[in-house]
Amino acid sequence: MEKVTSLASEKGVVLFSKSSCCMCYAVKILFQELRVTPMVHEIDQDPEGWEMEKALKRLGCNGPVPAIFIGGKLVGSTNEVMSLHLSGGLLPMLKPYQTLC
Amino acid sequence: MPFSNLPLLVYIYQIWEEEGIEAIETWNVGEQQELEGDEESKLSIALDINSTCAKVAFFIISKSMNSPTPQFVPSRLGIYEPIHQIGIWGENFKSNGNPNTSTSVIVEVDNKLENESETTSHEMLTASNNYKQEASKPIDKIQRRLAQNREAARKSRLRKKAYVQQLENSRLKLIQLEQELQRARQQGLYMGGVLEGSHIGFSGTVNSGIAAFEMEYGRWVDVQHRQICELRTALNAHISDIELRILVESGIGHYFELFRMKSTVAKADVFYVISGVWKTSAERFFSWIGGFRPSELLKVLVPQLDPLTEQQILEVCNLKQSCQQAEDALSQGMEKLQETVSSTVAGGPVDEVSYIPQVATAMEKLEALVSFVNQADHLRQETLQQMSRILTTRQAARGLLALGEYFHRLRALSTLWATRPPEPSLP
Repeated sequence: MEKVTSLASEKGVVLFSKSSCCMCYAVKILFQELRVTPMVHEIDQDPEGWEMEKALKRLGCNGPVPAIFIGGKLVGSTNEVMSLHLSGGLLPMLKPYQTLC
Repeated sequence: MPFSNLPLLVYIYQIWEEEGIEAIETWNVGEQQELEGDEESKLSIALDINSTCAKVAFFIISKSMNSPTPQFVPSRLGIYEPIHQIGIWGENFKSNGNPNTSTSVIVEVDNKLENESETTSHEMLTASNNYKQEASKPIDKIQRRLAQNREAARKSRLRKKAYVQQLENSRLKLIQLEQELQRARQQGLYMGGVLEGSHIGFSGTVNSGIAAFEMEYGRWVDVQHRQICELRTALNAHISDIELRILVESGIGHYFELFRMKSTVAKADVFYVISGVWKTSAERFFSWIGGFRPSELLKVLVPQLDPLTEQQILEVCNLKQSCQQAEDALSQGMEKLQETVSSTVAGGPVDEVSYIPQVATAMEKLEALVSFVNQADHLRQETLQQMSRILTTRQAARGLLALGEYFHRLRALSTLWATRPPEPSLP
Protein backbone atom coordinates (compact mmCIF):
# COMPACT_ATOMS: atom_id res chain seq x y z
CA MET A 1 0.00 0.00 0.00
CA GLU A 2 2.80 2.38 0.85
CA LYS A 3 4.36 1.76 -2.51
CA VAL A 4 1.15 2.63 -4.24
CA THR A 5 0.55 5.81 -2.29
CA SER A 6 4.13 6.92 -2.59
CA LEU A 7 4.19 6.27 -6.31
CA ALA A 8 0.86 8.03 -6.66
CA SER A 9 2.29 11.20 -5.15
CA GLU A 10 5.42 11.22 -7.24
CA LYS A 11 3.86 12.97 -10.15
CA GLY A 12 0.75 14.97 -10.93
CA VAL A 13 -0.94 12.30 -13.02
CA VAL A 14 -0.19 8.67 -12.19
CA LEU A 15 -1.66 5.67 -13.94
CA PHE A 16 -1.40 2.12 -12.63
CA SER A 17 -1.77 -0.26 -15.54
CA LYS A 18 -1.02 -3.69 -16.87
CA SER A 19 0.83 -4.07 -20.15
CA SER A 20 -1.70 -6.64 -21.38
CA CYS A 21 -4.76 -4.54 -20.45
CA CYS A 22 -6.50 -2.97 -23.43
CA MET A 23 -8.76 -0.77 -21.31
CA CYS A 24 -5.60 0.68 -19.74
CA TYR A 25 -4.43 1.35 -23.27
CA ALA A 26 -7.69 3.22 -23.98
CA VAL A 27 -7.19 5.45 -20.93
CA LYS A 28 -3.61 6.14 -22.01
CA ILE A 29 -4.95 7.22 -25.40
CA LEU A 30 -7.45 9.53 -23.72
CA PHE A 31 -4.73 11.25 -21.70
CA GLN A 32 -2.71 11.58 -24.86
CA GLU A 33 -5.72 13.33 -26.46
CA LEU A 34 -5.89 15.65 -23.51
CA ARG A 35 -2.20 16.48 -23.84
CA VAL A 36 -1.30 14.86 -20.55
CA THR A 37 1.56 12.43 -20.02
CA PRO A 38 0.85 10.39 -16.92
CA MET A 39 3.48 8.41 -15.05
CA VAL A 40 2.59 4.85 -15.94
CA HIS A 41 3.35 1.91 -13.67
CA GLU A 42 2.81 -1.51 -15.25
CA ILE A 43 2.16 -3.58 -12.17
CA ASP A 44 2.33 -6.85 -14.10
CA GLN A 45 5.97 -6.05 -14.66
CA ASP A 46 6.63 -5.04 -11.08
CA PRO A 47 8.06 -7.61 -8.63
CA GLU A 48 5.62 -6.33 -6.02
CA GLY A 49 2.79 -6.28 -8.55
CA TRP A 50 0.54 -8.65 -6.61
CA GLU A 51 0.67 -6.51 -3.45
CA MET A 52 0.04 -3.40 -5.48
CA GLU A 53 -2.97 -5.04 -7.06
CA LYS A 54 -4.37 -5.91 -3.64
CA ALA A 55 -3.73 -2.38 -2.43
CA LEU A 56 -5.54 -0.85 -5.39
CA LYS A 57 -8.49 -3.12 -4.83
CA ARG A 58 -8.62 -2.09 -1.21
CA LEU A 59 -8.67 1.52 -2.32
CA GLY A 60 -11.80 0.76 -4.32
CA CYS A 61 -10.52 0.19 -7.82
CA ASN A 62 -12.52 -2.63 -9.41
CA GLY A 63 -10.19 -3.41 -12.30
CA PRO A 64 -7.97 -3.08 -10.38
CA VAL A 65 -6.44 -1.40 -13.37
CA PRO A 66 -6.53 1.17 -14.80
CA ALA A 67 -6.24 3.23 -11.64
CA ILE A 68 -5.81 6.99 -12.05
CA PHE A 69 -4.38 9.37 -9.45
CA ILE A 70 -4.40 13.10 -10.02
CA GLY A 71 -2.48 15.30 -7.61
CA GLY A 72 -1.83 12.29 -5.39
CA LYS A 73 -5.57 11.63 -4.97
CA LEU A 74 -7.38 8.64 -6.37
CA VAL A 75 -9.84 9.56 -9.14
CA GLY A 76 -10.90 6.01 -9.84
CA SER A 77 -10.97 3.59 -12.74
CA THR A 78 -12.26 3.98 -16.33
CA ASN A 79 -15.87 4.62 -15.26
CA GLU A 80 -15.00 7.50 -13.00
CA VAL A 81 -12.58 9.09 -15.45
CA MET A 82 -15.15 8.93 -18.27
CA SER A 83 -17.96 10.38 -16.14
CA LEU A 84 -15.67 13.13 -14.96
CA HIS A 85 -14.60 13.93 -18.46
CA LEU A 86 -18.13 14.15 -19.86
CA SER A 87 -19.30 16.29 -17.01
CA GLY A 88 -16.45 18.65 -17.79
CA GLY A 89 -14.66 18.07 -14.52
CA LEU A 90 -11.61 16.23 -15.76
CA LEU A 91 -9.95 18.98 -17.81
CA PRO A 92 -9.77 21.50 -14.94
CA MET A 93 -8.06 18.85 -12.81
CA LEU A 94 -5.57 18.08 -15.56
CA LYS A 95 -4.85 21.66 -16.48
CA PRO A 96 -1.75 22.08 -14.34
CA TYR A 97 -0.27 18.97 -15.88
CA GLN A 98 -1.09 19.49 -19.51
CA THR A 99 1.86 19.79 -21.80
CA LEU A 100 1.94 22.50 -24.41
CA CYS A 101 1.10 21.37 -27.91
CA MET B 1 -71.27 -63.87 -88.73
CA PRO B 2 -73.21 -61.30 -86.82
CA PHE B 3 -70.15 -59.63 -85.38
CA SER B 4 -68.06 -59.52 -88.45
CA ASN B 5 -66.00 -56.49 -89.06
CA LEU B 6 -66.51 -55.16 -85.63
CA PRO B 7 -63.88 -53.16 -84.04
CA LEU B 8 -63.99 -54.04 -80.42
CA LEU B 9 -62.56 -51.49 -78.13
CA VAL B 10 -62.62 -51.67 -74.45
CA TYR B 11 -60.87 -49.03 -72.50
CA ILE B 12 -58.96 -49.41 -69.37
CA TYR B 13 -60.27 -47.54 -66.47
CA GLN B 14 -60.18 -47.50 -62.81
CA ILE B 15 -63.04 -46.34 -60.76
CA TRP B 16 -62.17 -45.15 -57.31
CA GLU B 17 -63.94 -46.41 -54.35
CA GLU B 18 -65.09 -42.92 -53.52
CA GLU B 19 -67.43 -43.02 -56.42
CA GLY B 20 -69.19 -45.93 -54.98
CA ILE B 21 -67.93 -48.48 -57.33
CA GLU B 22 -65.26 -50.92 -56.45
CA ALA B 23 -62.02 -50.52 -58.20
CA ILE B 24 -61.87 -52.88 -61.00
CA GLU B 25 -59.27 -53.37 -63.55
CA THR B 26 -59.82 -53.99 -67.10
CA TRP B 27 -57.54 -55.01 -69.77
CA ASN B 28 -57.09 -53.11 -72.87
CA VAL B 29 -58.57 -55.18 -75.54
CA GLY B 30 -58.10 -54.00 -79.02
CA GLU B 31 -57.62 -55.31 -82.41
CA GLN B 32 -54.76 -57.56 -83.20
CA GLN B 33 -54.38 -58.80 -79.69
CA GLU B 34 -54.42 -62.29 -78.42
CA LEU B 35 -56.94 -63.47 -75.93
CA GLU B 36 -54.97 -65.70 -73.70
CA GLY B 37 -55.95 -68.61 -71.57
CA ASP B 38 -57.70 -71.84 -72.10
CA GLU B 39 -60.88 -72.11 -73.98
CA GLU B 40 -63.14 -71.90 -70.96
CA SER B 41 -61.65 -68.65 -69.84
CA LYS B 42 -61.72 -67.17 -73.25
CA LEU B 43 -65.29 -68.17 -73.55
CA SER B 44 -66.19 -66.57 -70.30
CA ILE B 45 -64.49 -63.45 -71.46
CA ALA B 46 -66.32 -63.56 -74.67
CA LEU B 47 -69.56 -64.02 -72.89
CA ASP B 48 -68.83 -61.14 -70.65
CA ILE B 49 -68.06 -58.91 -73.51
CA ASN B 50 -71.18 -59.97 -75.16
CA SER B 51 -73.40 -59.58 -72.15
CA THR B 52 -72.10 -56.31 -70.91
CA CYS B 53 -72.13 -54.37 -74.06
CA ALA B 54 -72.21 -50.61 -73.98
CA LYS B 55 -70.92 -48.79 -70.90
CA VAL B 56 -69.67 -51.45 -68.60
CA ALA B 57 -66.54 -52.58 -66.84
CA PHE B 58 -65.44 -56.07 -67.01
CA PHE B 59 -62.65 -57.95 -65.74
CA ILE B 60 -60.28 -60.21 -67.44
CA ILE B 61 -57.76 -62.37 -65.84
CA SER B 62 -54.66 -63.24 -67.65
CA LYS B 63 -52.13 -64.08 -65.09
CA SER B 64 -53.66 -67.25 -63.87
CA MET B 65 -54.36 -68.36 -67.35
CA ASN B 66 -50.97 -69.06 -68.74
CA SER B 67 -51.72 -72.25 -70.53
CA PRO B 68 -50.88 -72.22 -74.19
CA THR B 69 -53.39 -70.54 -76.32
CA PRO B 70 -55.27 -72.69 -78.66
CA GLN B 71 -56.54 -71.03 -81.68
CA PHE B 72 -59.81 -69.38 -81.41
CA VAL B 73 -62.66 -71.22 -82.82
CA PRO B 74 -64.48 -68.42 -84.39
CA SER B 75 -67.46 -70.53 -85.08
CA ARG B 76 -68.01 -71.28 -81.41
CA LEU B 77 -67.66 -67.80 -80.23
CA GLY B 78 -68.80 -65.93 -83.18
CA ILE B 79 -68.54 -62.54 -81.68
CA TYR B 80 -64.84 -62.20 -82.17
CA GLU B 81 -64.85 -62.06 -85.87
CA PRO B 82 -62.75 -60.50 -87.26
CA ILE B 83 -60.81 -60.09 -84.05
CA HIS B 84 -58.50 -62.99 -84.18
CA GLN B 85 -55.98 -61.82 -81.80
CA ILE B 86 -57.14 -60.14 -78.74
CA GLY B 87 -54.39 -59.76 -76.30
CA ILE B 88 -54.40 -59.09 -72.71
CA TRP B 89 -51.71 -57.12 -71.14
CA GLY B 90 -51.73 -58.90 -67.85
CA GLU B 91 -48.50 -57.50 -66.57
CA ASN B 92 -49.28 -53.90 -67.26
CA PHE B 93 -52.41 -53.67 -65.34
CA LYS B 94 -51.57 -55.07 -61.99
CA SER B 95 -52.88 -53.01 -59.21
CA ASN B 96 -49.61 -51.32 -58.42
CA GLY B 97 -51.06 -48.22 -56.95
CA ASN B 98 -50.70 -45.77 -59.74
CA PRO B 99 -52.51 -42.80 -58.28
CA ASN B 100 -52.29 -40.79 -61.42
CA THR B 101 -54.82 -42.86 -63.20
CA SER B 102 -57.53 -42.41 -60.73
CA THR B 103 -59.90 -40.62 -62.95
CA SER B 104 -62.56 -42.82 -64.29
CA VAL B 105 -62.98 -43.36 -67.91
CA ILE B 106 -66.09 -44.99 -68.97
CA VAL B 107 -65.82 -48.07 -70.98
CA GLU B 108 -67.19 -47.68 -74.38
CA VAL B 109 -67.81 -50.50 -76.49
CA ASP B 110 -68.48 -49.80 -80.03
CA ASN B 111 -72.11 -49.35 -80.72
CA LYS B 112 -72.09 -51.76 -83.51
CA LEU B 113 -71.30 -54.51 -81.10
CA GLU B 114 -74.18 -53.41 -78.98
CA ASN B 115 -76.55 -53.41 -81.89
CA GLU B 116 -75.34 -56.67 -83.19
CA SER B 117 -75.44 -58.29 -79.82
CA GLU B 118 -79.11 -57.59 -79.52
CA THR B 119 -79.91 -59.44 -82.63
CA THR B 120 -78.01 -62.46 -81.62
CA SER B 121 -78.52 -62.33 -77.89
CA HIS B 122 -81.02 -65.07 -77.98
CA GLU B 123 -78.70 -67.31 -79.86
CA MET B 124 -75.87 -66.63 -77.54
CA LEU B 125 -77.88 -66.98 -74.40
CA THR B 126 -78.31 -70.66 -74.68
CA ALA B 127 -74.69 -71.07 -75.58
CA SER B 128 -73.66 -68.82 -72.75
CA ASN B 129 -75.54 -70.81 -70.17
CA ASN B 130 -73.76 -73.95 -71.20
CA TYR B 131 -70.39 -72.33 -71.20
CA LYS B 132 -70.87 -70.56 -67.92
CA GLN B 133 -71.05 -73.83 -66.05
CA GLU B 134 -67.85 -75.05 -67.57
CA ALA B 135 -66.26 -71.70 -66.94
CA SER B 136 -66.95 -71.66 -63.17
CA LYS B 137 -63.42 -72.69 -62.33
CA PRO B 138 -61.80 -69.79 -64.15
CA ILE B 139 -64.48 -67.52 -62.73
CA ASP B 140 -63.27 -68.42 -59.23
CA LYS B 141 -59.83 -67.44 -60.28
CA ILE B 142 -61.26 -64.31 -61.76
CA GLN B 143 -62.99 -63.50 -58.52
CA ARG B 144 -59.83 -64.12 -56.56
CA ARG B 145 -57.73 -61.94 -58.78
CA LEU B 146 -60.43 -59.31 -58.66
CA ALA B 147 -60.31 -59.31 -54.91
CA GLN B 148 -56.53 -59.14 -54.88
CA ASN B 149 -56.48 -56.22 -57.18
CA ARG B 150 -59.15 -54.41 -55.24
CA GLU B 151 -57.07 -54.86 -52.15
CA ALA B 152 -53.94 -53.62 -53.85
CA ALA B 153 -55.77 -50.61 -55.25
CA ARG B 154 -57.13 -49.81 -51.81
CA LYS B 155 -53.66 -49.97 -50.32
CA SER B 156 -52.28 -47.72 -52.98
CA ARG B 157 -55.00 -45.20 -52.31
CA LEU B 158 -54.15 -45.23 -48.61
CA ARG B 159 -50.48 -44.74 -49.39
CA LYS B 160 -51.35 -41.85 -51.61
CA LYS B 161 -53.47 -40.27 -48.88
CA ALA B 162 -50.68 -40.61 -46.34
CA TYR B 163 -48.15 -39.09 -48.73
CA VAL B 164 -50.39 -36.14 -49.53
CA GLN B 165 -50.99 -35.59 -45.84
CA GLN B 166 -47.26 -35.56 -45.24
CA LEU B 167 -46.75 -33.03 -48.02
CA GLU B 168 -49.46 -30.81 -46.57
CA ASN B 169 -47.84 -30.86 -43.16
CA SER B 170 -44.43 -30.03 -44.61
CA ARG B 171 -45.95 -27.19 -46.59
CA LEU B 172 -47.56 -25.71 -43.49
CA LYS B 173 -44.31 -26.02 -41.59
CA LEU B 174 -42.43 -24.29 -44.38
CA ILE B 175 -44.89 -21.40 -44.45
CA GLN B 176 -44.61 -21.08 -40.70
CA LEU B 177 -40.80 -20.97 -40.83
CA GLU B 178 -40.84 -18.43 -43.64
CA GLN B 179 -43.10 -16.18 -41.60
CA GLU B 180 -40.86 -16.46 -38.56
CA LEU B 181 -37.84 -15.61 -40.62
CA GLN B 182 -39.57 -12.61 -42.14
CA ARG B 183 -40.62 -11.32 -38.74
CA ALA B 184 -37.14 -11.83 -37.34
CA ARG B 185 -35.57 -9.94 -40.21
CA GLN B 186 -37.98 -7.05 -39.94
CA GLN B 187 -38.04 -6.65 -36.22
CA GLY B 188 -34.54 -7.61 -35.32
CA LEU B 189 -35.33 -10.67 -33.33
CA TYR B 190 -37.34 -9.46 -30.38
CA MET B 191 -39.86 -12.25 -30.60
CA GLY B 192 -38.42 -14.05 -27.65
CA GLY B 193 -41.30 -16.46 -27.29
CA VAL B 194 -41.09 -17.95 -30.75
CA LEU B 195 -37.32 -18.16 -30.82
CA GLU B 196 -37.22 -19.62 -27.34
CA GLY B 197 -39.60 -22.31 -28.39
CA SER B 198 -37.78 -23.13 -31.55
CA HIS B 199 -34.39 -23.16 -29.86
CA ILE B 200 -32.83 -21.43 -32.80
CA GLY B 201 -30.97 -18.46 -31.33
CA PHE B 202 -28.48 -16.53 -33.40
CA SER B 203 -25.87 -17.71 -30.98
CA GLY B 204 -26.60 -21.14 -32.28
CA THR B 205 -27.28 -22.58 -28.86
CA VAL B 206 -30.11 -22.46 -26.39
CA ASN B 207 -29.07 -19.51 -24.23
CA SER B 208 -31.62 -18.51 -21.65
CA GLY B 209 -29.89 -15.14 -21.07
CA ILE B 210 -30.30 -14.25 -24.70
CA ALA B 211 -33.86 -15.54 -24.83
CA ALA B 212 -34.78 -13.48 -21.79
CA PHE B 213 -33.14 -10.41 -23.28
CA GLU B 214 -34.94 -10.81 -26.58
CA MET B 215 -38.26 -10.96 -24.84
CA GLU B 216 -37.46 -7.96 -22.64
CA TYR B 217 -36.12 -5.97 -25.55
CA GLY B 218 -39.31 -6.57 -27.50
CA ARG B 219 -41.27 -5.10 -24.62
CA TRP B 220 -38.73 -2.30 -24.28
CA VAL B 221 -39.32 -1.21 -27.87
CA ASP B 222 -43.08 -1.26 -27.35
CA VAL B 223 -42.79 0.90 -24.23
CA GLN B 224 -40.40 3.20 -26.07
CA HIS B 225 -42.94 3.69 -28.82
CA ARG B 226 -45.66 4.47 -26.31
CA GLN B 227 -43.44 7.00 -24.53
CA ILE B 228 -42.64 8.80 -27.78
CA CYS B 229 -46.33 9.16 -28.54
CA GLU B 230 -46.96 10.47 -25.02
CA LEU B 231 -44.14 13.01 -25.37
CA ARG B 232 -45.46 14.19 -28.69
CA THR B 233 -48.95 14.64 -27.32
CA ALA B 234 -47.65 16.34 -24.18
CA LEU B 235 -45.50 18.82 -26.10
CA ASN B 236 -48.34 19.70 -28.43
CA ALA B 237 -50.73 20.06 -25.54
CA HIS B 238 -48.38 22.45 -23.68
CA ILE B 239 -48.67 20.71 -20.35
CA SER B 240 -46.89 22.09 -17.27
CA ASP B 241 -43.17 21.70 -16.77
CA ILE B 242 -43.69 19.58 -13.70
CA GLU B 243 -45.78 17.05 -15.60
CA LEU B 244 -43.34 17.17 -18.49
CA ARG B 245 -40.47 16.52 -16.11
CA ILE B 246 -42.09 13.25 -15.11
CA LEU B 247 -42.22 12.14 -18.72
CA VAL B 248 -38.58 13.19 -19.26
CA GLU B 249 -37.42 11.30 -16.19
CA SER B 250 -39.22 8.13 -17.22
CA GLY B 251 -37.86 8.50 -20.76
CA ILE B 252 -34.28 8.73 -19.57
CA GLY B 253 -34.87 5.99 -17.05
CA HIS B 254 -36.13 3.81 -19.87
CA TYR B 255 -32.76 4.11 -21.66
CA PHE B 256 -30.95 3.33 -18.43
CA GLU B 257 -33.09 0.20 -18.18
CA LEU B 258 -31.83 -0.85 -21.61
CA PHE B 259 -28.21 -0.44 -20.53
CA ARG B 260 -28.92 -2.60 -17.47
CA MET B 261 -30.46 -5.29 -19.67
CA LYS B 262 -27.48 -5.16 -22.01
CA SER B 263 -25.04 -5.44 -19.15
CA THR B 264 -26.75 -8.63 -17.98
CA VAL B 265 -26.85 -10.27 -21.40
CA ALA B 266 -23.25 -9.21 -22.11
CA LYS B 267 -22.19 -11.43 -19.23
CA ALA B 268 -24.08 -14.31 -20.87
CA ASP B 269 -22.77 -13.72 -24.38
CA VAL B 270 -20.83 -10.56 -25.19
CA PHE B 271 -20.60 -11.45 -28.87
CA TYR B 272 -24.36 -11.42 -29.04
CA VAL B 273 -24.47 -7.82 -27.83
CA ILE B 274 -21.61 -6.67 -30.03
CA SER B 275 -23.02 -8.31 -33.13
CA GLY B 276 -26.15 -6.20 -32.81
CA VAL B 277 -28.39 -8.96 -34.12
CA TRP B 278 -30.96 -7.93 -31.55
CA LYS B 279 -31.40 -4.65 -33.43
CA THR B 280 -32.88 -4.01 -36.85
CA SER B 281 -30.55 -3.90 -39.83
CA ALA B 282 -30.44 -0.11 -40.26
CA GLU B 283 -29.72 0.36 -36.56
CA ARG B 284 -26.99 -2.25 -36.84
CA PHE B 285 -25.42 -0.25 -39.66
CA PHE B 286 -24.65 2.52 -37.18
CA SER B 287 -23.61 0.19 -34.39
CA TRP B 288 -20.55 1.05 -32.32
CA ILE B 289 -19.46 -1.40 -29.65
CA GLY B 290 -22.93 -2.89 -29.32
CA GLY B 291 -25.05 0.27 -29.54
CA PHE B 292 -25.42 3.78 -30.90
CA ARG B 293 -22.52 6.23 -30.93
CA PRO B 294 -22.92 8.94 -28.26
CA SER B 295 -21.59 11.60 -30.64
CA GLU B 296 -24.18 10.47 -33.20
CA LEU B 297 -26.82 10.89 -30.54
CA LEU B 298 -25.77 14.50 -30.04
CA LYS B 299 -25.79 15.16 -33.78
CA VAL B 300 -29.41 13.96 -33.95
CA LEU B 301 -30.54 15.85 -30.85
CA VAL B 302 -28.97 19.29 -31.08
CA PRO B 303 -30.68 20.59 -34.26
CA GLN B 304 -34.04 19.81 -32.64
CA LEU B 305 -33.28 21.86 -29.54
CA ASP B 306 -33.20 25.40 -30.93
CA PRO B 307 -33.10 27.89 -29.44
CA LEU B 308 -30.27 27.25 -27.00
CA THR B 309 -28.75 29.89 -24.72
CA GLU B 310 -25.11 30.84 -25.15
CA GLN B 311 -24.23 28.95 -22.02
CA GLN B 312 -26.03 25.93 -23.30
CA ILE B 313 -24.32 26.12 -26.66
CA LEU B 314 -20.94 26.19 -24.93
CA GLU B 315 -21.75 23.29 -22.68
CA VAL B 316 -23.14 21.21 -25.52
CA CYS B 317 -20.01 21.98 -27.51
CA ASN B 318 -17.80 20.80 -24.65
CA LEU B 319 -19.91 17.70 -24.24
CA LYS B 320 -19.57 16.92 -27.93
CA GLN B 321 -15.82 17.24 -27.72
CA SER B 322 -15.31 15.14 -24.61
CA CYS B 323 -17.72 12.58 -26.00
CA GLN B 324 -15.70 12.33 -29.18
CA GLN B 325 -12.44 12.00 -27.26
CA ALA B 326 -13.83 9.25 -25.05
CA GLU B 327 -15.19 7.43 -28.10
CA ASP B 328 -11.84 7.62 -29.84
CA ALA B 329 -10.08 6.24 -26.76
CA LEU B 330 -12.46 3.30 -26.52
CA SER B 331 -12.27 2.65 -30.27
CA GLN B 332 -8.51 2.49 -30.13
CA GLY B 333 -8.70 0.25 -27.09
CA MET B 334 -10.94 -2.09 -29.10
CA GLU B 335 -8.45 -2.11 -31.97
CA LYS B 336 -5.71 -2.98 -29.53
CA LEU B 337 -7.84 -5.83 -28.21
CA GLN B 338 -8.34 -7.13 -31.74
CA GLU B 339 -4.61 -7.06 -32.37
CA THR B 340 -3.92 -8.84 -29.10
CA VAL B 341 -6.45 -11.62 -29.69
CA SER B 342 -5.35 -12.01 -33.28
CA SER B 343 -1.66 -12.32 -32.45
CA THR B 344 -2.46 -14.74 -29.62
CA VAL B 345 -4.56 -16.99 -31.83
CA ALA B 346 -2.02 -16.83 -34.66
CA GLY B 347 0.91 -17.42 -32.34
CA GLY B 348 2.77 -20.62 -31.80
CA PRO B 349 3.96 -23.12 -34.40
CA VAL B 350 1.40 -24.17 -36.95
CA ASP B 351 3.00 -27.53 -37.57
CA GLU B 352 1.88 -28.66 -34.19
CA VAL B 353 -1.56 -30.13 -33.96
CA SER B 354 -2.51 -28.69 -30.59
CA TYR B 355 -3.56 -25.05 -30.59
CA ILE B 356 -5.11 -25.22 -27.16
CA PRO B 357 -2.55 -22.94 -25.47
CA GLN B 358 -3.17 -20.18 -27.99
CA VAL B 359 -6.93 -20.50 -27.83
CA ALA B 360 -6.95 -20.65 -24.03
CA THR B 361 -4.89 -17.47 -23.79
CA ALA B 362 -7.12 -15.77 -26.33
CA MET B 363 -10.12 -16.69 -24.18
CA GLU B 364 -8.67 -14.74 -21.28
CA LYS B 365 -8.07 -11.72 -23.46
CA LEU B 366 -11.58 -11.81 -24.87
CA GLU B 367 -12.92 -11.25 -21.37
CA ALA B 368 -11.91 -7.63 -21.86
CA LEU B 369 -14.64 -7.33 -24.48
CA VAL B 370 -17.26 -7.31 -21.74
CA SER B 371 -15.66 -4.30 -20.09
CA PHE B 372 -15.56 -2.45 -23.42
CA VAL B 373 -19.27 -3.05 -23.97
CA ASN B 374 -19.95 -1.85 -20.45
CA GLN B 375 -17.82 1.25 -20.96
CA ALA B 376 -19.55 2.05 -24.23
CA ASP B 377 -22.97 1.80 -22.57
CA HIS B 378 -21.65 3.87 -19.68
CA LEU B 379 -20.64 6.54 -22.17
CA ARG B 380 -24.14 6.50 -23.71
CA GLN B 381 -25.70 6.79 -20.31
CA GLU B 382 -23.44 9.67 -19.27
CA THR B 383 -24.16 11.53 -22.49
CA LEU B 384 -27.90 11.31 -21.88
CA GLN B 385 -27.39 12.31 -18.27
CA GLN B 386 -25.36 15.39 -19.19
CA MET B 387 -27.80 16.50 -21.86
CA SER B 388 -30.60 16.23 -19.33
CA ARG B 389 -28.57 18.47 -17.00
CA ILE B 390 -27.73 21.08 -19.63
CA LEU B 391 -31.24 21.35 -21.12
CA THR B 392 -34.48 22.73 -19.74
CA THR B 393 -37.32 20.31 -19.15
CA ARG B 394 -39.06 21.26 -22.36
CA GLN B 395 -35.86 21.01 -24.35
CA ALA B 396 -35.10 17.64 -22.82
CA ALA B 397 -38.59 16.43 -23.76
CA ARG B 398 -38.04 17.56 -27.33
CA GLY B 399 -34.65 15.88 -27.30
CA LEU B 400 -36.08 12.57 -26.12
CA LEU B 401 -38.82 12.80 -28.73
CA ALA B 402 -36.26 13.48 -31.46
CA LEU B 403 -34.06 10.59 -30.35
CA GLY B 404 -36.93 8.13 -30.02
CA GLU B 405 -38.36 9.18 -33.34
CA TYR B 406 -34.94 8.77 -34.97
CA PHE B 407 -34.61 5.16 -33.87
CA HIS B 408 -38.22 4.49 -34.77
CA ARG B 409 -37.53 5.73 -38.30
CA LEU B 410 -34.41 3.59 -38.51
CA ARG B 411 -36.51 0.57 -37.62
CA ALA B 412 -39.06 1.50 -40.25
CA LEU B 413 -36.22 1.86 -42.74
CA SER B 414 -35.08 -1.66 -41.87
CA THR B 415 -38.55 -3.06 -42.47
CA LEU B 416 -38.91 -1.20 -45.73
CA TRP B 417 -35.55 -2.41 -46.89
CA ALA B 418 -36.30 -5.98 -45.95
CA THR B 419 -39.55 -5.98 -47.90
CA ARG B 420 -38.41 -4.13 -50.98
CA PRO B 421 -39.24 -5.91 -54.27
CA PRO B 422 -36.45 -8.09 -55.60
CA GLU B 423 -34.11 -6.70 -58.23
CA PRO B 424 -35.06 -7.80 -61.73
CA SER B 425 -32.52 -10.24 -63.06
CA LEU B 426 -30.29 -9.11 -65.86
CA PRO B 427 -31.45 -10.04 -69.36
